[in-house]
Amino acid sequence: MVIFIKDSIWQIVSNSALTKAVYQMRLRGDVSAITAPGQFLNIRLAGLTLRRPISICDRDDTTATILYKVVGKGTEQLSHMKPGETLQVMAGLGNGFDLSPAGARPLLIGGGVGVPPLYLLARKLIETGRQVTVILGFNTAEECFYEEEFRAIGCRTILTTADGSAGRRGFVTDALPEDYTYFYTCGPEAMLKAVFQKTVTSGQFSFEERMGCGFGACMGCSCKTVTGYKRICKDGPVLLKEEILWGD
Amino acid sequence: MGRLSVDLCGIQLENPVIPASGTFGYGAEFCEWYDINLLGTFSFKGTTLEPRFGNPTPRIAECTAGMINAVGLQNPGVKKVIEEELPKLKSCFSKPVMANVSGFSVEEYAKTCALLDREPQVGWLEVNISCPNVHGGGMSFGTVPEAAAEVIAAVKKATTKPVIAKLSPNVTDITEIAKACEAAGADGVSLINTLLGMRIDLKTKRPVIANTMGGFSGPAIFPVALRMVWQVANAVKIPVIGMGGVSSAEDVIEMMLAGATAVEVGTANLIDPMACKKIIEDLPGVMDRYGIQNLKECIGGAHHG
Repeated sequence: MVIFIKDSIWQIVSNSALTKAVYQMRLRGDVSAITAPGQFLNIRLAGLTLRRPISICDRDDTTATILYKVVGKGTEQLSHMKPGETLQVMAGLGNGFDLSPAGARPLLIGGGVGVPPLYLLARKLIETGRQVTVILGFNTAEECFYEEEFRAIGCRTILTTADGSAGRRGFVTDALPEDYTYFYTCGPEAMLKAVFQKTVTSGQFSFEERMGCGFGACMGCSCKTVTGYKRICKDGPVLLKEEILWGD
Repeated sequence: MGRLSVDLCGIQLENPVIPASGTFGYGAEFCEWYDINLLGTFSFKGTTLEPRFGNPTPRIAECTAGMINAVGLQNPGVKKVIEEELPKLKSCFSKPVMANVSGFSVEEYAKTCALLDREPQVGWLEVNISCPNVHGGGMSFGTVPEAAAEVIAAVKKATTKPVIAKLSPNVTDITEIAKACEAAGADGVSLINTLLGMRIDLKTKRPVIANTMGGFSGPAIFPVALRMVWQVANAVKIPVIGMGGVSSAEDVIEMMLAGATAVEVGTANLIDPMACKKIIEDLPGVMDRYGIQNLKECIGGAHHG
């Protein structure tokens, strides 16, 4: 597969807090390189060496939306940026989710900041006539976001929180439905491992890793899989359930 | 040959700009960005006799004006490089390429170089005796003059192509290692490889890098690299390739004034894949600004008078 990556200047349309730590930013730019849900943007920030890879939550013909959690210097700086300001953004990175094996009733399982890439995926699955169930997992009620957005596009949406302060008490794997044709998941590694064990169909996992370049050159984000060594940034971030090797 | 051209160990380079090993793969990723034939050459990913996965992740850490990597020489092994990567490269790169080689014993270096010696597209062998991210190999050869000389002498016997020793800055006196390599027959030296560094995550209170330490690179190390290029250029007669934090046409010229015949660009490629193209395009304008007719004139220029 030939991937056409583009690096260009994007303009911030909006940037606001969804929760205490999670922000939503809409950016206007050349979205033509974005070809699949589950891909990511790699954003250059003034004064920082490495770009920050952030998954794409949604897109239209001229803009892309990202949801990011403030976890360090880069995301902190991003959270202070204002509409009208510009960023250098690399787009078209990563393989993204493959919709073709989804079947009629796919299940989407997201935890924390693993939720965002599932939104565009859900939208595309619904557009192609699938009946989508999504399970969203958070620690507490105040960390929850995007439940309404998933409902609004027609997903059967199940919210879980670890402390029971919103939705069902427990983990995403405590809320797995009986009947689904395929699954897609993104979230913290512990959650992905639990999903791996408790799901009964094939599925796709989106992984996170510290990256150097983001476009396949530096081997900073390699992992071992059943089918050989893969770069999370270029051969991933989405891996098939069948090719995952946990641990080292 | 134009005003940017230089001679590197008997092979003409259209310009002195060379993407550094480990930041350019085997070229394929960058062919998607631009016609890489505009480069002087590039140094491909550090290759060993056997395939290697490298170190566990995280392998990357951010630093002020730089980064740390602890990839640990992930590569498919020389056999696959010859069978798969070089044929792919041929379709998008028509110039001689610099083959970067690493190893865990003198014999392994020699064997890998002997295999690459048969490849017509390989112009130079850059022998990495300075990788900080592997145990029992790499840098351990580059920190003792006798060990460095032994590797270079063995490689020289295995190839007729020019041999460039890639040197570690993590030594007391880099000129001693450079002189030992020259005496053992090296046709050139390249420096500096990364500086050994580390970061600690305040949240976890543990090292960021899974391997604890890694190689520090990027603009922050440029002055250190420039100083070592200056010292080595004074100490040896063979060509010196300067590298370490180079990110602009100005940096290239500064390295050459310190004594570099050619200049490798590393970390800059990872931040901006077009970095080397931009540097090459910027060179004529910067040369005009500083009254430089031909880049060749710059080599070691700051040592005179």
